[in-house]
Amino acid sequence: MSEENKYPIKKVNIICAKGTIEDIYAALVMGNGAVMEGIEMNLFFTFFGLEGIVKKWMKKPHTAVIGNPAMRMPGLGTRMPTWLGIIPGLEAMVSGMMRKQMDDLDVPPIEEFFELITAGGGKIFACKLAMDMFKIKEEELSGHVSGVLTVGEFYELSGGEGSQIIFT
Amino acid sequence: MATKNYAGVTVDVNEEGYFTDPGQWTKEVAAEIAKEEGIDLTDKHLEVLDYLRTKFISGEALSIRGINKSGVVDVKTFYQLFPGAPLKKSTKIAGIPKPSSCV
Repeated sequence: MSEENKYPIKKVNIICAKGTIEDIYAALVMGNGAVMEGIEMNLFFTFFGLEGIVKKWMKKPHTAVIGNPAMRMPGLGTRMPTWLGIIPGLEAMVSGMMRKQMDDLDVPPIEEFFELITAGGGKIFACKLAMDMFKIKEEELSGHVSGVLTVGEFYELSGGEGSQIIFT
Repeated sequence: MATKNYAGVTVDVNEEGYFTDPGQWTKEVAAEIAKEEGIDLTDKHLEVLDYLRTKFISGEALSIRGINKSGVVDVKTFYQLFPGAPLKKSTKIAGIPKPSSCV
């Protein structure tokens, strides 16, 4: 760490294309982490990632209990049988537990995370094509979103020396 | 372990320049470290440093969210006071270890 890094990352451009808790939060933690290190940061939400920036959807993100072989029983550590996932309300309960655990670790809800990110100069964008597909209007997005971009505009924004694009 | 001299005081620091003994910290020392980081300490800076030290000494983890909720400073001002990497810079100036938090 103390060795001087000749090629430091100066800018990261993170694309979040999926909308589960872990997808959205991976992008948020990496994005906020970059801002905290003084790295310029753009966070771009597309496809199901829109779940994280549409006001009426972003309050309670969910995680998948079906089709998620890494899901384990809390406290027991054994794998959760896939068929349990069909129990009504189980997904909401598991998702609620995950949100609670994150809150205990001082990981904020999405809107508050956006506040921290934008306060530090990080920028948040939405994808135009995905918005058209999901029939979302700009006024339905969180107030922290600074614009709706086409893919070309995203690449333009991402340019520069020491800049990286990360697709989560 | 390395030592550094700030304002006539010799302090123990690790390889990244963070204090290994927060007890060696004084306001005069803080002003010198801040100067090294390109910051002129104001009363507001000192208020934040005091908050960070109190938190550290009571064993609580530091996070950017915690600072926002502290009532001492909001995040936007925090970024302005310690430009670049605020949590890393402020803890260095406050004479406490670099926080290991990811948020």
